Amino acid sequence: MKSGKFWAWLTFGLGAAYFIIPLLATLEFAMRMRRGTYSFDAFAVVFGDPRFQQTFGYSVMAAIFTILLGVLIVVPTAYWIRLRMPHIRPIVEFVTLLPLVIPAIVIVFGYIRMYGSNSPLPFLASARGTDALLVIGYAILALPYMYRAVDTGLRTIDVRTLTEAAQILGAGWATIITRLILPNVLIAVLSGAFLTFAIVIGEFTMASLLNRPAFGPYLQNIGANRAYEPAALAVITFAVTWGCMSVIQMLARFAPKSANRPD
Amino acid sequence: MATISLSEPDAAHAAPPHARAVRLPTQWLGVAPFFLFAIFFLIAPTAYLILGAFQTPEGTFTLGNLAELWQPTIRAAYWISIKVSFASAVIGALVGLAIAVAIVRGGLPRWVRGATMTFSGVASNFAGVPLAFAFLATLGRLGLVTILLRDIFGFNLYATGFNILSFSGLTLTYLYFQIPLMVVIITPAIDGLKKEWGEAAATLGATQWQYWRMVVIPVLWPSFLGTVILLFANAFGAIATAYALTGSSLNIVPILLYAQIRGDVLHNAHLGYAIAFGMIFITGMANVFYIWFRTRSERWLK
Repeated sequence: MKSGKFWAWLTFGLGAAYFIIPLLATLEFAMRMRRGTYSFDAFAVVFGDPRFQQTFGYSVMAAIFTILLGVLIVVPTAYWIRLRMPHIRPIVEFVTLLPLVIPAIVIVFGYIRMYGSNSPLPFLASARGTDALLVIGYAILALPYMYRAVDTGLRTIDVRTLTEAAQILGAGWATIITRLILPNVLIAVLSGAFLTFAIVIGEFTMASLLNRPAFGPYLQNIGANRAYEPAALAVITFAVTWGCMSVIQMLARFAPKSANRPD
Repeated sequence: MATISLSEPDAAHAAPPHARAVRLPTQWLGVAPFFLFAIFFLIAPTAYLILGAFQTPEGTFTLGNLAELWQPTIRAAYWISIKVSFASAVIGALVGLAIAVAIVRGGLPRWVRGATMTFSGVASNFAGVPLAFAFLATLGRLGLVTILLRDIFGFNLYATGFNILSFSGLTLTYLYFQIPLMVVIITPAIDGLKKEWGEAAATLGATQWQYWRMVVIPVLWPSFLGTVILLFANAFGAIATAYALTGSSLNIVPILLYAQIRGDVLHNAHLGYAIAFGMIFITGMANVFYIWFRTRSERWLK
């Protein structure tokens, strides 16, 4: 058993080295901007760049709309399937998994060909329309994660009993979904939302091919033209991803296990 | 929709058959937004490309576009993509499995497992352009590791033929999100190995090696293989990391398709559809296998 422990530590140590060294190297590289001494100049340059602020702001907005659209589509669907149509659940699950099979670049290629200015649904004819199409595309990319999160959340509550109780008290469908189901799965929805945020914030393929001024294409552009700023941006993006994941972990601690369920 | 009530199914039983026929569509209204969304923005655009792959510009049926995929540049692009995806999937899966076994079964302190799982969650989502920057800062010509190897160990990495902008460099970079993804997926499967199995094997006099060979590996095999396939599809569709790392100097399929969408570099729109079809075909086949292995492995992990 003793040698087993040694191998376990060795494996863990090597793995940790592979994952930590690039982070340290990136941080070190970002701080090399001023000759001969370490400084945070590269970070200052990045944060002071108006294009950084604009593109980051754009991507944050895109992420927020993506989350709203995702919640609007996923929560009622997952609820309805649990309540009334459990038999089509495999079909819906299959559809939600498709974005893992079809690469993002293929999906956006399809959009470009189908929704051009001459098509019946000319999303690409205006900048607003293209923004909308980008948000829709992001919602598709996030669909597998959002659906899974919400469906797991719904599993912890007794959907049928709660719905019947609400109906006896005279609640309509809108009331049931917004005031009963949503608060109960809020924590699940939020963890799906932060995962969506982490996916959307640096997304490159869709934003670049739809020509939107998002953070991903900005990162790529800086990477092609600057030396130290990309490393600083990588550190910042890693911190954002880390932040999103920490929030998800914290939310998981508050998630109802089976407390709401009269087992 | 507001008129539907839960008591309705019972009422429908008593009602004459035509009342039931009226009720059915209203139930589907609840999932209609989801299906419309999926059809318009996921299925139709994909189907459009797939159909386009089998059509000439005039709209008649052809297999010519698919045949043209066989030309050397495109064939080479598919081959590099498959190689990078396969290598990063297999290595990522083996290393990820080793790490998962170490943190679950290795008798390490509890915090090691917590920290590894948290970090894996972050790193498996840290892909795209910033990941390329991180590896350029690490193993690029001026990267920290390159310089340290040169100054301290007198080892010139780039003299060995290594280049971050190559097959091995791209594979090494992809491992940064492949390994954590494997850890995240496979750890529950290792947790699912029941303690009783180990005890039963020990009671029957099995050595540690026999326990692994005859119990653990057969039980884990389907989820392992399934995850390899998922990792493969994950790497195959990825473009941002490779594009930011190598520009367009490494000719992998997503980068070729990206260039084609941007500027019709192949001078044949329908050949672009065929490339897209080829990508869906490969990731689709991979996922068919994944689902198949998944259903087989879940039988054991109840």
